[in-house]
Amino acid sequence: MAALNSIAQSARSEVDDPSSLLLKLGPEQPLRMDSGAEINRLQIAYQTYGALNPAKSNAILICHALTGDQHVANVNPVTGKLGWWETMIGPGKPIDTDRFFIICSNVIGACMGSTGPASTNPAHGRPYALDLPVVTIRDMVRAQAMLVDHLGVDRLLSVIGGSMGGMQVLQWAASYPDRVFSAMPIATGARHSAQNIAFHEVGRQAVMADPDWRRGRYLDAGVRPAKGLAVARMAAHITYLSESALHRKFGRNLQDREAPTFSFDADFQVESYLRHQGVSFVERFDANSYLYLTRAMDYFDLAADYGGLLSAAFKGATARFCVVSFTSDWLFPTSDSRAIVHALNAAAASVSFVEIESDKGHDAFLLDEPELFATTRGFLNAAATARGVA
Amino acid sequence: MTVVIQNTAGNGARIDLLLIAAMVEPNTRVLDVGCGEGLLLEMLRDEKNCDARGIELSRDGVSRGVARGLAIIQGDADTDLADYPDDSFDYVILSQTIQATRNPRKVLEHMLRVGRRAIVSFPNFGHWRIRSHLMFKGGMPVTDNLPDAWYDTPNIHFCTIRDFVALCDEIGAVMERSVALNAGGKAALRAPWWFWNLFGEQAVFVLRRKG
Repeated sequence: MAALNSIAQSARSEVDDPSSLLLKLGPEQPLRMDSGAEINRLQIAYQTYGALNPAKSNAILICHALTGDQHVANVNPVTGKLGWWETMIGPGKPIDTDRFFIICSNVIGACMGSTGPASTNPAHGRPYALDLPVVTIRDMVRAQAMLVDHLGVDRLLSVIGGSMGGMQVLQWAASYPDRVFSAMPIATGARHSAQNIAFHEVGRQAVMADPDWRRGRYLDAGVRPAKGLAVARMAAHITYLSESALHRKFGRNLQDREAPTFSFDADFQVESYLRHQGVSFVERFDANSYLYLTRAMDYFDLAADYGGLLSAAFKGATARFCVVSFTSDWLFPTSDSRAIVHALNAAAASVSFVEIESDKGHDAFLLDEPELFATTRGFLNAAATARGVA
Repeated sequence: MTVVIQNTAGNGARIDLLLIAAMVEPNTRVLDVGCGEGLLLEMLRDEKNCDARGIELSRDGVSRGVARGLAIIQGDADTDLADYPDDSFDYVILSQTIQATRNPRKVLEHMLRVGRRAIVSFPNFGHWRIRSHLMFKGGMPVTDNLPDAWYDTPNIHFCTIRDFVALCDEIGAVMERSVALNAGGKAALRAPWWFWNLFGEQAVFVLRRKG
């Protein structure tokens, strides 16, 4: 196998020894998981921005999506790129670090410093691989609650996230209704649809079909299922865009050539783009983490935990909600958000719902969408005023 | 007795909104159906300390309202009211919107179920100017209040004050208050129905369920 490049090397070292704040929990505070298993030595990597006020009333938790991480508003130590929500979070920005205390932690099951399948299993000093219990969205949120406890915050001013992050937001509101003053689930759903599970299964099969996956034990062998994971990422990436966005960006344009080559080379720009997405993803992301996190999303069905009635999940919710969807998002279409809104109405919760016109597909929540910024700013200002945060 | 409603705020707020705001008790829970960008919600929140929420069909109105910190849902009066539990609000308000709903009767029934009181304002299609427009010009009326041509208007279910009162009777709604406004914003005299129905340009009703 070719030597790991510097990005891949740094990604590997972030797993156990991240350039982030760390919370380590021992056997006296085990994480009890939905599967019935427990993690007795848990590590949570997180970043904070801004300062917690004396009343501890200005803390906002940001929940990241499937392939995101805790580096939401600082240069990413692995890729060297700006934080994934730098447009949203910072001084004077919609989620204002001059005013609020922002917390973002790496979800468990991921690979940027929180316990995941690539982490070293203290039992034998080798990576967990598939020995890590299957993680659910609720398990991620339980771990986050332990972190929030550790930071001395009783009630979060807001919990905000898109996609898988939005699932965590909904889970927070359901599991800890008294600890959430406001909640902003963006481009998400209260359950993963059959179509979404199907796409994830294609990705997982691509990873597991790669001979270098080695039943999950590839790190022990010093190899990685790079081809499989790249294909998984390519397929998934299509679902994050929209047909019109792809057309606008690439059309049928050819890549650095005048005519088709009559081969299976990347003739089209869109092919070249997807290959690049696949290859660069593989450098920074652990293949087993991809299996665990896609699984967590697939298992998510909030209503199922409440007798099949989504409104029952929000029965005790005191939070004010702001639900956001995007017109061209076909992965988590507006109908998914509307189902959440209907359930919140039925639970008599305070809810705003904005469907933002955009042709950028699911990824719109990460991009420059002025209407999303204005909505977030207005919603947070109102929540801060209601809670008496200066 | 003549009640004169004045726009003392001087902010150009629609006269019927000021009238409605005056009818709402402080510290109550209010749902404004068809709230636009939330002018009334803001008034109720800031001046009456109400827990005020809205539903609005236009995406643009919703975005602007939510950006101003108001709780507004992008939705449809015809379909979304059904999701709210009984008695979840003290007031459900429908201002200048009932004539644009597909099923005004159903909407009104849901309002009376969801709210302890319903407040409805609408343009009176029985006003003499509208009647004379139809009578003498022979075309659908276009007035300052109703500026759209018939093929452009979102108003698909116009009614007169008399029609509305009949609907209230039919669904068993009790009229607690009713006010008609003319162009100057003056509430009409205590006068018989035919007078209101002829000279009221707009009407505002406060309704509740029977029993």
